[in-house]
Amino acid sequence: MKQITLFIIMFLLWMGFSFSLEVANIIAGIFAALLTTIIFSNRFLTSWQKFYNPLRYFWLIIYIVIFVWECIKANFDVAYRVLSPKMPIKPGIVKVHSSLKTDIARVILANSITMTPGTITVDIIDSDLYIHWIYVKSDDPEYYTKKIIGRFETLLKRIFE
Amino acid sequence: MNSISIILYIVGAAFDLFGCLGLLRLPDVYNRLQSATKSVTLGTCSILLGLFIQYGFSATGIKALIAIPLLFFTSTVAAHALIRGSYKAGIDLWDKTVVDHYKEQNK
Repeated sequence: MKQITLFIIMFLLWMGFSFSLEVANIIAGIFAALLTTIIFSNRFLTSWQKFYNPLRYFWLIIYIVIFVWECIKANFDVAYRVLSPKMPIKPGIVKVHSSLKTDIARVILANSITMTPGTITVDIIDSDLYIHWIYVKSDDPEYYTKKIIGRFETLLKRIFE
Repeated sequence: MNSISIILYIVGAAFDLFGCLGLLRLPDVYNRLQSATKSVTLGTCSILLGLFIQYGFSATGIKALIAIPLLFFTSTVAAHALIRGSYKAGIDLWDKTVVDHYKEQNK
């Protein structure tokens, strides 16, 4: 079952990339997806059941919308900091505690933090994230934890856990 | 449709430009990575989205759409690897950096 899930994902990716319905193309896609499945099925998709839960996709769509909005907002913020003659930056590395349990959820959280301008994940050690922040607004751990990951964490819990 | 995609191209190019300006102006490697990876990725994503709107569900449009998540994952992982690598290699933070909680981990 795990292999079939991976095969379907790989095949859909192939069809998206090649985007033609010729027979030769579909056969090549089946072989390519089969090869990938044979090589990687042991390392990928430890919990494939989650792929068949439609509710998770619903939360994923909401997550993407919120994420894109945050990205645009924060991008203007960084553009302002770069363009302003005084360069109002106050960088620092802060430690943020996350309550996410699974690895994949942590990876997506770290990636989201890196993509929102102003913050880059430097390292993840167990459940602590070290984040380089271009403008450290406050020293209060509760405040910046909420500010950086509060928006994403609850939704990611619903999607991946 | 065409005008929307042209607006997206212009916005994307502008953010790419801001990213490059940040690369020149900001003081140290960590801050430069901030502007280099993100503004540029978002700018490029905007250009790809414009491409998708212009071509619709054709071979070109779908490829542009798939390139967005690929770019997202590769550039975030690359930024993370670069910033962690430069910290481990011992490059100092800028003098006006306010906090550094990561130092305790690296003693």
